[in-house]
Amino acid sequence: MKARIHITLKNGVLDPQGKAVAHALESLGYAGINDVRQGKYIEIDLAKNDADTTRETVERMCRDLLANTVIENFTVEVG
Amino acid sequence: MKAAVIVFPGSNCDRDVAVALEQSNGRKPVMLWHRDTALPPDLDIVVVPGGFSHGDYLRSGAMAAHAPIMRAVKARALAGLPVLGICNGFQILTEAGLLPGVLMRNEGLRFLCRDVFLRVDGADSLFTEHYVQGAVIRLPIAHHDGNYFIDDAGYKALCDNEQVAFRYCTSEGETTPNANPNGSHDNIAGVFSRDRRILGLMPHPERLADSRLGGTDGRPLFEALVEALS
Repeated sequence: MKARIHITLKNGVLDPQGKAVAHALESLGYAGINDVRQGKYIEIDLAKNDADTTRETVERMCRDLLANTVIENFTVEVG
Repeated sequence: MKAAVIVFPGSNCDRDVAVALEQSNGRKPVMLWHRDTALPPDLDIVVVPGGFSHGDYLRSGAMAAHAPIMRAVKARALAGLPVLGICNGFQILTEAGLLPGVLMRNEGLRFLCRDVFLRVDGADSLFTEHYVQGAVIRLPIAHHDGNYFIDDAGYKALCDNEQVAFRYCTSEGETTPNANPNGSHDNIAGVFSRDRRILGLMPHPERLADSRLGGTDGRPLFEALVEALS
């Protein structure tokens, strides 16, 4: 079973990398960019087959290590 | 004073801080590997040194914060053992939950390697009592992720408990935006735990603790520790 995890910065946390990406896109001629927020995508292949317990385990992984919940939110998809 | 320095794969200031400790203390610190599981029972302080533990993968300090030795450090720190985290060590202590806040990517995105001025805003601790409150000192920084972030409630608690140890400032001691090298909240360069027995700071006191290295502004920190803990 695969878990797909998106980790994003919380609202209100400045994202200098996202800002630099926005500037780079503008310098390439892309107009109308309001904001860019950069995050992480992590895919985990697990031996488990039960969606509920997998989700619970992966959410624990996020809180323990994969995300820093002081500044980041995470979402988990399993299947 | 019996000191231990933790060494992670990618630490690169472990020997520098060992030299600075020995110079002030007259005794070599114990070097502990990240896979060790126990601290010597009669230890007076643990130092988590600078570097790039685990290649800064995921987030700076995130992996090291969960190393086997850090379980022992955390348990003893919560029981009152002093801990000093410098640069990557500061990042590791925040990731381990021993210090509040997070060190994010520098606002200007560049790796910064230069001397900065710091104002001593918390001179009443076992780390800083050889400095004068409000004094301006000069120390080097060398980091990519030194942008100190803390939410509003956390910042209020830091201020209420006077947990800010150092702030980036001008040579005159003014904490202006221009004197802030990395975008840190309120120019914060170093913070204490609530009980003031844990200190994390981004600048490197061990790199300016000997006049042969061009300055000695870092030395009072090590001498204060020796006096307090011997």
